[in-house]
Amino acid sequence: MYELLTGPLLWLVFAISFGGLLVRVVLYFKGLSQQLDRVAYKAHLSYGLKGAFNSIISWLNPVGARAWRKKPGYTFIFFAFHIGLLATPIFLAAHNIMLQENLGFSLPQMPAFFADLLSWTVIVACVAIILRRIALPEVRILTTAYDYLLLVITVAPFVTGLIARYQMGDYQFWLLAHIITGEIWLLCLPFTKLSHCVLFFCSRAQLGMDYGIKRGGLKGSTFSW
Amino acid sequence: MPQGELCNRQPIVTDEQLKLTLSDKSGKKYYAEMLELDVDTNALWATIQKTMKARLKTWLEICAHCGMCADSCFLYQVNDCVPEQVPSYKIQSTLGHIVKKKGQVDNEFMRHCMKVAWSQCTCCNRCGMYCPHGIDMGVMFSYLRGLLYSQGFVPWELKIGSGMHRVYRAQMDVTTEDWVETCEWMAEETEEEWPGLTIPVDKQDAEIMYTCNAREPKHYPEDLAEAAVLFHVAGTNWTVPSEGWEQTSLSMFAGDWECCKDNVNHVYDAIERLNPARVTGTECGHAHRATVIEGPYWAGREDGLPPKPYIHYVEWLAEALREGKLKIDPAKRIKEPVTLQDSCNYVRNQGLKDVTREIISYIVEPGYFVEMAPNKEHNYCCGGGGGFNGIGMYREQRNVALRKKMDQILDTGCKLVIAPCHNCWDAIRDLEEEYEIGIRWSFLKPLIIGMLDIPEGMRVEW
Repeated sequence: MYELLTGPLLWLVFAISFGGLLVRVVLYFKGLSQQLDRVAYKAHLSYGLKGAFNSIISWLNPVGARAWRKKPGYTFIFFAFHIGLLATPIFLAAHNIMLQENLGFSLPQMPAFFADLLSWTVIVACVAIILRRIALPEVRILTTAYDYLLLVITVAPFVTGLIARYQMGDYQFWLLAHIITGEIWLLCLPFTKLSHCVLFFCSRAQLGMDYGIKRGGLKGSTFSW
Repeated sequence: MPQGELCNRQPIVTDEQLKLTLSDKSGKKYYAEMLELDVDTNALWATIQKTMKARLKTWLEICAHCGMCADSCFLYQVNDCVPEQVPSYKIQSTLGHIVKKKGQVDNEFMRHCMKVAWSQCTCCNRCGMYCPHGIDMGVMFSYLRGLLYSQGFVPWELKIGSGMHRVYRAQMDVTTEDWVETCEWMAEETEEEWPGLTIPVDKQDAEIMYTCNAREPKHYPEDLAEAAVLFHVAGTNWTVPSEGWEQTSLSMFAGDWECCKDNVNHVYDAIERLNPARVTGTECGHAHRATVIEGPYWAGREDGLPPKPYIHYVEWLAEALREGKLKIDPAKRIKEPVTLQDSCNYVRNQGLKDVTREIISYIVEPGYFVEMAPNKEHNYCCGGGGGFNGIGMYREQRNVALRKKMDQILDTGCKLVIAPCHNCWDAIRDLEEEYEIGIRWSFLKPLIIGMLDIPEGMRVEW
């Protein structure tokens, strides 16, 4: 079972997940329409690219966009959640050992203590996000069961991973549960709203181009996010 | 159910139909017919499939439901932060629902969408700046308005408005003859005070071609006279076209995209015909957005630009002041606290935030200019944008919407507001009428004329 899940099935999951995300990015840009979007993407490419870059950088920086600065509490939770979500699986020692065995290379590894801390951060931030969804009327009205399901799918590999790590209960069971939930999460990336992991960059770049071209860029106005 | 005589899926294309719809006081019959209007669900879905491209589809899909857009919306703020006014909710529960149902929605739902699209969003595009995913609900509401218009679910005034544009190519029934006569009349009247002043119609190869808002020749022709005075004093070789002089687009507010294209082409034809070096329009925000910012795309222009450089009035004015073509008498500068309304349509939508402040630096005594908070591209809609000002059935909601601007103005402590946009000007006038906070408001033209340093002999003093 373990061999299957971490062998051929894992490769298939990677192919579907990363291939699918690539398709989403290609379809996004292919599906833009100069006339319907009312942005002359190609005619003013340099202005557009500058706007796209500014837009992405401003929002990847927790103090870069005015919206982030106005809501420091949520911004903190949001960034903690996403940093933990991305950094933990990529730099986890156990994952990199697998990478070394299979592909003959590995990425820098983080100390176990740090990985634990980041995993707990993801879980705590997720709980905070759920509480926020329930507590604030302006977020509650937007929230659907699908939003909760996606949070569960996202946080499940961290919960199972920590249980296995602390060897609570049946280690083999929780290890398999960790691998399966991790693979479900990967499979969901291209097919659900989780596709925002790449489409965020597409959408931000697009609006950045819009601002960089017709909404001020051509007039020499730097847009303050 | 059949389509109504007044409320139907066909645009108004004849004078008879226009007059008939206009004669229906406050749209009583029109709205009664709307209750029975069929939704052509197949056509609705076909339109969505054809026109809803990657950007809008992705926006609807990836909205994280985080609620970051809530505070960005002035309508959410002034309506006691009710969650139904959260921008994301407004679009997801209307356009999002139509898409989810593949266009299979009923009359009642379409009327609900109409209410949301025209009374809960002014397409000010502010929310787009506060969404981590870069989702601009204003853009999506413009799209929804187009869908609603195509199905006949559009407020009575805007059905008439786009009909006016289709029949008269102006937002009001100003014919070519009316327009040219108004130009002659204003030139004659103004010339008495300003010897040598003319309003040249259809002059070839001028330095500047001037276009305006049909409400000016119709209701306050003195605005045209004021533009003429400033061009005259600045020694500008200018002209107005006899056709293609109207740059507003109520059709843009109505979502009548076919009409938008026809109108903007009419203006562009005038530019091609008269071959001016540049074009400028009046102090109007949505007109500028329609003709200069969005118009090129309606017309299918690859570079997204009008046929000739087309600047907003504030750009022309700042340039004339900067180059000394218009001189301000320092003694006549504004010496009272004064604030400035940034129009969404050319500030957030074209970045013209600094040029208006440059004008302020020439006409206001240092220390008297007070910025609104927030300002520039973060400023709020005047409260009546996107057609809101003109829709009778949503007047009550519009009056609530005005409170944001009222509070912003009160916070500055100023009694004078400069509003170089027709719609903002109207909204601020209405807010004074509604709430009586004791303010004055003005376009730039009359203010500047009042403080000009005029070369001797240019003006006849009475």
